[in-house]
Amino acid sequence: MLELLYLIPLFPLLGVLLNTFVLRGQAEKVVGWTAALMIGASFAVAVGGFFQLLGMPADARHFELDLFRWIVVGNFAAQAGFLADPLSMIMMLIVTGVSFLIHIYSIGYMHGDEGFRKFFIYLNLFVFFMLLLVMGNNYLVMFVGWEGVGLCSYLLIGFWYTDELKASAGKKAFIMNRIGDFGFLLAIFLIWTTFGTINFREIEPMAQAYSVGTGVITAICLLLFTGATGKSAQLPLYTWLPDAMAGPTPVSALIHAATMVTAGVYMIARSNFLFSLSPVAMEVVAWVGGLTALFAATIGLVQTDIKKVLAYSTVSQLGFMFLACGVGAYTAAVFHLMTHAFFKGLLFLGSGSVIHGMSDEQDIRMMGGLKSKMPRTYWTFLIGTLAIAGIPGLAGFFSKDEILWKTFESHHYPLWAIGATAAFCTAFYMFRLLYLTFFGKFRGTKAQEHHLHESPSLMTVPLMILAVLSIVGGYVGVPHALGGHNFFHDWLSSVIHTTGEHGGTSHGVPTAEYVLMVVSVAVAVIGILLARSWYLGKSSTVESLGKSGMRNLLYNKYWVDQIYDGVFSKPFVKASELFAQYVDQGTVDGAVNGVGSTVSGFGGIVRRIQTGVTQNYAVMMGAGTVFLLGILIWSVLG
Amino acid sequence: MQIELAHYLLLAAVLFGIGAMGVLTRKNLIIVLMSVELMLNSVNLSFIALARHAADQEAQVIVFFVLCVAAAEVAVGLAILISVWRKRGTMNIDALSALKG
Repeated sequence: MLELLYLIPLFPLLGVLLNTFVLRGQAEKVVGWTAALMIGASFAVAVGGFFQLLGMPADARHFELDLFRWIVVGNFAAQAGFLADPLSMIMMLIVTGVSFLIHIYSIGYMHGDEGFRKFFIYLNLFVFFMLLLVMGNNYLVMFVGWEGVGLCSYLLIGFWYTDELKASAGKKAFIMNRIGDFGFLLAIFLIWTTFGTINFREIEPMAQAYSVGTGVITAICLLLFTGATGKSAQLPLYTWLPDAMAGPTPVSALIHAATMVTAGVYMIARSNFLFSLSPVAMEVVAWVGGLTALFAATIGLVQTDIKKVLAYSTVSQLGFMFLACGVGAYTAAVFHLMTHAFFKGLLFLGSGSVIHGMSDEQDIRMMGGLKSKMPRTYWTFLIGTLAIAGIPGLAGFFSKDEILWKTFESHHYPLWAIGATAAFCTAFYMFRLLYLTFFGKFRGTKAQEHHLHESPSLMTVPLMILAVLSIVGGYVGVPHALGGHNFFHDWLSSVIHTTGEHGGTSHGVPTAEYVLMVVSVAVAVIGILLARSWYLGKSSTVESLGKSGMRNLLYNKYWVDQIYDGVFSKPFVKASELFAQYVDQGTVDGAVNGVGSTVSGFGGIVRRIQTGVTQNYAVMMGAGTVFLLGILIWSVLG
Repeated sequence: MQIELAHYLLLAAVLFGIGAMGVLTRKNLIIVLMSVELMLNSVNLSFIALARHAADQEAQVIVFFVLCVAAAEVAVGLAILISVWRKRGTMNIDALSALKG
């Protein structure tokens, strides 16, 4: 099966070509199912590859498929090739599996949209690039995928491009990502000049020759992380992600929650052998991740748009993943990446179902009481909410708890406190969302109430599958402390070496782990109860958290957008205007015009000689002759 | 009174001066053209006088050349004057100032 690895990205590409050229004018069903089945086929191949990999001995679990020599310039050479190892295999399964479900969901969700075919072309193209990103065997292939998913993200955010706001949200995402990509590109250059190769598996042994804390490694890591902050929406480049919610909801679920935004986490986990050599970079990653987790979670507390709440939640959860990377718990980061793909994909699709049922209403202040009207959506949404809140038994509990435990274990106590606070906020805002949406009285218009309906099975079946995954997905990584076995950790152990100062799973007395587990569950439960007491059945307190300055600050997202606008955009525009006025019009145009007017001014003086009076010319001629004769005679006589 | 070389040259200089003044001051194009002829002929006169004085025939040959050129010049010049007259309807030299800068 692994020899057929190239089929995995090939199927989505085939889907793109089919839908672009062959299936023009076909019915929605044909177009949608073609796209979905292509992803399904990729998923099938990936599953086959997974089991083959599983059958290998643990330290031999990698398969590299060289396709062709891609770029040869001077002494630089890059192969195009794929790598299947435990880490990329997990990513392939997540990407193809979740994409498959979301494709099916989209057939129902996008029903009747005039851009139906275009939507599936973009979506297939996205999956193709995402697979390139996770399957590439070197940084350059990864970068191509990285840029490709950015492009698809841009296209899909601005999918309804006639709306000015949505189009500019797409541009914002693209530009913010470019800032990060710049760092990634520099990192690749630096990797090439340092190691002479960009292949992951070739760099890894070479990196061992460097001692911990080498400057160049730290530089590479920080540049890579810059790329990750852009793609994965971390401080300070996170502002594009909430705006990216302008795209269709399946896009938010697939690209801006489950897959693309986790690319940064994947990249860092993939480069763990570099990061482990740079404690400084690790600290930066951990702190940025932790602060982002808390920062975004607090904003999520007061948002009123159902998708915005989930968007800030995504930023926050990504922060958790980076926190895990930063404390050396790459396995936990990838684990959380996986469970997050399940439950956040589920939550987004659930919100899409709600929006669909509510006639495109996204404001949770206008919802309420949907529990009885949309039972399937409600129950699956509840499971997703419980999972993200970290209730024991569901996927989110295992992964989030592992992150917090590893943070604590590696003596990052302030970061643990920040993480726990963020977890509290998560539980609170998710249940606030749940109560406002599904409980209480309906607060929307009569027309909306009349139209209210459960979504079709095409949409609810993927929800149920994801709900099941949100429950069972965590059991591959049950901590030892709970008497389980962390299969996930074993699976990734050949790729991720936890030998640095941060790593090492202690099998000692897990008392502290129990205590922390109880603390984090307690924190989640308190959050839920607080949300319950504030929002359940009290439609008057929809605007709760008071009208205080704090709420205002959070509601306006700490004014970050305005600050960026004031600090970067406005001065930039202003500077451009000044340059246009003084440098271009003043200096450049001035120089050109100055030459012209000097010449014409001089001409204006000189032309007076040309009087047009013939006899003046004759006088001149005479005078000239006399003058010349005078000189001649003078020289003869003298 | 013996007429000597100096008298011829003086006459030639006077004629040249009259011709030059005519070219420079008169407004009628025909008169200007005639003045040019006068200047040419004053030069011819000085050539002849000097040829005789020096007993050299070469200068007389040059006079013939000058006469030929002058004839051609008058032919071309008059043709130009006619077309100027047709075009502008004037013989005033000051009216022909199209080259004024």
